[in-house]
Amino acid sequence: MTERSTTDGSAPDNPAPNPPDNPASGKSAADAPTLELVGVVKSFGAVHALSSVNFTARAGEVTALVGDNGAGKTTLIKCIGGIHRLDAGEFRFEGKPVEVHGPRDATALDIAIVYQDLALCDNLDIVQNMFLGREPTSRARTLDENTMERLAKEALASLSVRTVQSVRQTVASLSGGQRQTIAIAKSVLWKSKVVILDEPTAALGVAQTEQVLTLVRRLADQGVAVVLVSHNMNDVLQVADNIGVLYLGRMAAQVRRKNVTQTQIVELITAGRSGDLGLTPEESTGAAV
Amino acid sequence: MSTSTDELAQHDEPDPSHPTEGLATLEAHTRGYLVRVRGGELGSIPAMVGLIVITGFFAIVHQGFLSAYNIEALVIQAGPIIVMAMGLIFVLLLGEIDLSAGTTGGLCSAIMAVLLLRHGWPWGLSVAAALIAGLLIGFAMGWLRANIGIPSFVITLATFLAFQGITLIFIGGQGSVIVPGDTPLISLENSFVPIWAGWTLLVLLVLGYAAVKLNDAAGRRRSGLPSPPLTVIAVKVLTFAVIGALFTYIMGVNRNLNTNAFFKNQSRGMPWVVVMLVILFLVGHFVLSRTRYGRYLYAVGGNEEASRRAGIEVSRIRISVFVICSTMAALSGLTAASLLQSVQSNAGAGNTLLLAVGAAVIGGTSLFGGRGRMIDAVLGGLVVAVIVNGMSDLIQGSNSAGYEYIVTGAVLLLAAGFDAVVRLHGRTR
Repeated sequence: MTERSTTDGSAPDNPAPNPPDNPASGKSAADAPTLELVGVVKSFGAVHALSSVNFTARAGEVTALVGDNGAGKTTLIKCIGGIHRLDAGEFRFEGKPVEVHGPRDATALDIAIVYQDLALCDNLDIVQNMFLGREPTSRARTLDENTMERLAKEALASLSVRTVQSVRQTVASLSGGQRQTIAIAKSVLWKSKVVILDEPTAALGVAQTEQVLTLVRRLADQGVAVVLVSHNMNDVLQVADNIGVLYLGRMAAQVRRKNVTQTQIVELITAGRSGDLGLTPEESTGAAV
Repeated sequence: MSTSTDELAQHDEPDPSHPTEGLATLEAHTRGYLVRVRGGELGSIPAMVGLIVITGFFAIVHQGFLSAYNIEALVIQAGPIIVMAMGLIFVLLLGEIDLSAGTTGGLCSAIMAVLLLRHGWPWGLSVAAALIAGLLIGFAMGWLRANIGIPSFVITLATFLAFQGITLIFIGGQGSVIVPGDTPLISLENSFVPIWAGWTLLVLLVLGYAAVKLNDAAGRRRSGLPSPPLTVIAVKVLTFAVIGALFTYIMGVNRNLNTNAFFKNQSRGMPWVVVMLVILFLVGHFVLSRTRYGRYLYAVGGNEEASRRAGIEVSRIRISVFVICSTMAALSGLTAASLLQSVQSNAGAGNTLLLAVGAAVIGGTSLFGGRGRMIDAVLGGLVVAVIVNGMSDLIQGSNSAGYEYIVTGAVLLLAAGFDAVVRLHGRTR
C-alpha cells in the first residue's frame, strides 16, 4: 500500500472493484491485475523493439511507464492498444488470456488510449467530442443532444472538473490542460477499465500539469487502471503507485513507488540497473540473451 | 448548432419561466453569445452585415434596385448559385473542393436538354436522368479521392475541363438549345406561387420554426439543462416572421412593367424556386445539425485522424459529400437552364463555380473544413446575387462583364481572407 492510496485511494462508493489492501504481493485470485503482459516480444525487421517484456497495471492504481527515448514505451502502449500485434507473449485482461488483433479489440476490452496529440476535433464542442462516434439517438434517429450534454456534465463533475466554463464551447477555445481534461473525462464517460495516457503533461505549464495530475489520481481512485507514460520524473514520483522502467526494449524493473528513490529510478532509466534492482550487467549492455 | 449557453454545471439554473429571474437568464444568454462572438464564432453576422451594406449601397446609387421587379430578379438569379453553394458546403466541410461543380451542372443540364429535345423523353425522366448523372459523377470523383487518393483539387480540375468538352459536343455548333416553356422545369424560375399559397407557406414555416425552438427548449428543461430564455426564442421567431412577411408582401405586388406581360397579364407571387430552396434548406439543415451523419461531416473536417479513431468510416463520408455536391450541382444546372430557358454550349463554365464557392465562403463556410451551415449558402448566395445584379446595373457598356469579374473575385478573396483570419484568431494554442 502506498502512502497515497491509504490517504485517498479507497473511496467506499467506487463503482469498480477497489484494489485489495496488499496489491504489491498479488496473491489471491481476485487480485488479478486488470492488465497483464507476459513475455511480450515485438520486432520491426531487425530491430528488437521489445524483448520479453512483462508489465502489469492494476485497477485503482496509477502505473507509470518510464524510459529513455527509444526504450520501447510507445511500442508497448501501441501493443496494448492493438495498433501493433505481439510477435510473442501473452496478453491477459482481468486474469484471462485475450487476443488483441486491432484497436477495435482493445476498445471492446474497455482499454482507452489518450494520445499525445489528443485526438479531439477543434471545431466541435466538448459534448460533441466526448460522444464522437458513439452518439445516442432519439426517435427519428436524431441526435439526443440533451442526454449527451447531461452525461458529459456528469462525467466532468465526477472528476470535479471546474475549469471548464461551458460544455458547449468548442475545443479550439480550450487550453492544453483543459483539452487533456476532456480527453480523460471521455474515458470516464465510457467507463474504461484501462486508460493509457501518453505524455499527458508534455506541453503543459506548472498549474495545468498539477490539474492534470490531480485528475489522473481521481481517475485511478474511481477504480480505473491508469497507465501513465511520461518523461517527467516529478510527475511520475508524485502520482504513480507503481513504476515500470523500460530500458532498450526490456523491462528493467517494475517496482512499487514507495520502495524506490528518484536516484534509483533515474539509474534504471539510464543504465537499466540500480544496485540489485534491474537487469543483469549482461542484459543491460543490450546483448541478446 | 445550439445557440444556448450554460454556466458551470454546478450552478443551480434559475427557472426560465419565472419572470424576474428570466431577466438574469437573458443576461447570461446574451453574455455567453458575446463571448462566443469575440472568440471568433461569428456565425452569420458578417454575411448579414455584408448583405445590408451592399444592398444599401446599390439602393442609393441605383434607383429601382429595391423595386419588386428587381428583387424578384435577384431571387431567381440567386437560385442556381444558392443550390450549388448548398452542395459545395458538404464538400467544403471536409476541407475538400469541387472545382467542377459548375461544369457538372452544365453537363447535366445538357443531358436533360438532349434527352428532352432529341430523344423525346418526357421532362420528368429527363430531369431524373440529369440528377442521376450528377450522382454518378459525384460517386466517381469521390471514389477517386477516397480510394485512390488523388487530391480533390486535381480530380475536379480535370473534370472541370472534361465536362466542358462533353457539354460542347452535346450541344454542338448550335451554341445553345432552347428548352420549351411548357414544362414545370421552366416554371421553376419563371412562374409564381399563388399569393395565398405563399402566405400559407410562410405561416407554416413560422409556426414550424417556433414549434421546433420551443420543443428544444422544453426538452432541455426536462433534462435539467439550461434552456434559452423565451425572450430570445420570441425575438428570433419574430425576426424571421417579419422578414418573411416583408418578402412575401413585396413578392405579392404586381411587378409587370408593361401591360402586355411576358407571362399572363400580371406577375405576382414568389417564384417557385423559393419553395425549392426552402425544402432544400430544411432537409440540408436537418441532416447537418440533427443526424449522426451530419455530426461526422464536421468531425472529419475538424480532425480526420480523431474521427478515424472514433470509429467513423472516413472514406465513405468522403465519397458521400462528392455525391451530394454533384447531385446538387446537377440541380443547380437545371435551375440555371430554367432561368435562361435554354442550355448554352458553355453552360456552367466561366465564373459559375466561383460565384457558388464565393457564396458559401461569404456566408461563413470555411475553406479549411469543419465549419459551414446551410444558411451560409442562402445568405452568401444573396450577397453574390446582389453584387452581380447591382454591378450590371451600375456599369453599363462593353466592359461591364470585366468589372463584374473583378469585383466578384475581390469579394471572394476578401471572404477567404476573413475566413483565414478568423481561423487564426480562434486558436488558443
